[in-house]
Amino acid sequence: MTFPPAHRFVFKSVFVAMASLALAACGINSVPAAEENAKAKWADVEAQFQRRANLIPNLVEVAQGAAENERAILTEVTEARARATGITVDASELGDADQMAEFAAAQGQLGQGLGRLLASFEAYPQIQSNQNYLALQSQLEGTENRIAVAIRDYNEAVRQYNTTIRTFPDTIGANIIHGAEPMVPYKAVTEGAEVAPTIDMTSN
Amino acid sequence: MRQIAFLFALIAGLLASPAWAQEFPELTGRVVDNAELLAPAEEQRLAQELEALETQSRRQLVVVTIPNLQGYDIADYGYQLGREWGIGDAERNDGALLIVAPNERKVRIEVGYGLEGILTDALSALIIQNQILPRFRDGDMAGGILAGANAIAQQLALPEDEARQVAQQAAEQQAGEGGVPIGGLIWFAFIFFFFILPMLRGGRNYRRGGAGGLVRDIILWEAGKAIARGAGDGSSWGGGGSFGGGGGFSGGGGSFGGGGASGGW
Repeated sequence: MTFPPAHRFVFKSVFVAMASLALAACGINSVPAAEENAKAKWADVEAQFQRRANLIPNLVEVAQGAAENERAILTEVTEARARATGITVDASELGDADQMAEFAAAQGQLGQGLGRLLASFEAYPQIQSNQNYLALQSQLEGTENRIAVAIRDYNEAVRQYNTTIRTFPDTIGANIIHGAEPMVPYKAVTEGAEVAPTIDMTSN
Repeated sequence: MRQIAFLFALIAGLLASPAWAQEFPELTGRVVDNAELLAPAEEQRLAQELEALETQSRRQLVVVTIPNLQGYDIADYGYQLGREWGIGDAERNDGALLIVAPNERKVRIEVGYGLEGILTDALSALIIQNQILPRFRDGDMAGGILAGANAIAQQLALPEDEARQVAQQAAEQQAGEGGVPIGGLIWFAFIFFFFILPMLRGGRNYRRGGAGGLVRDIILWEAGKAIARGAGDGSSWGGGGSFGGGGGFSGGGGSFGGGGASGGW
């Protein structure tokens, strides 16, 4: 085949464009993009759990003295906090279901402990009327809400990533070039454990 | 035949996007009073106040009343509504919503990512407890909404000196918009020198052919795409989304992460 040079150039640029699009379509870019998105969302989840953990010392301080009887549950929450902050899931290990389950179990335990602690405070008017406690209460409530949002965003990102690496045509690039492994969504251990203390702000 | 059917199914599967069952009300203005709690005059005045807040601080506050939360928790509903509408600027995420659901007897202040440090959870809870709920309990829905919106707007308004700075920046940006789009110029120059000029020359230089030429072409293509992307970003940034002088109001693409506080009565 002989074409005038100008035509050849046009054909060639069309070919180049097609090749570039074909390469992009088989997951060279979309797989890492989905992966990084999921990792970033996981970082959000951990940040929000950390935020909850950071609020607990203040809560313990407010409760101390005011609630001698609740010492057992206070210690329980403090210990659960230590355990939960001790377990982290690195962004590169998001495919590890066991580690994820361990993390979720520890956070779930902390959430439940917190819920019971807050419930036990209902019996103490001097805590209920403490301004610091009221502020803490709303912060804890907001944090639980943020945790729920962050988890949902993370799970959605994981769903997108897993779909990307398993569906045609991205799966070609995912298997051949990236060797991508599916990630594990965050599952609350017990039903609703990740939204533990629902504090009713209206009853008082 | 079966293969063709399979192929169609495959394509349909590829094109299908995850369906969101949840439906949201339409963003008709700064006050979306779908539950009819405000008198028209009150609604108009409130909208003006919210507009003044945006001119002063660039922050968007939207008041919305909803007759039906469709079974969702108000916190759950709120952040999704904020994301759907994109209240606040896409980069600063500085939007906030005051949501009232009279039938579920719930109220919520939903705070965008960028405002979480200013309109904290604790402060949001205080506004709900002290400004809104007492009036709602007395049946004064409009009064509660206005008082709550005022308290939020007060917190979101900038101090005088900062507000002046913002106004100045906005003026400069508007002046700058008339200028030459640099990114676009670079992109056109790129196309001209690397594609159009060689083509006009009759492709003499392209006769070398071979794999090397192809690789270079791909690299050039990708580089061109990157530049085009950059130029595109630049122009959308200049637009700013919501600052149009017309009557319409729209969000700037801000996002929400569950900050704020809820209450019920």
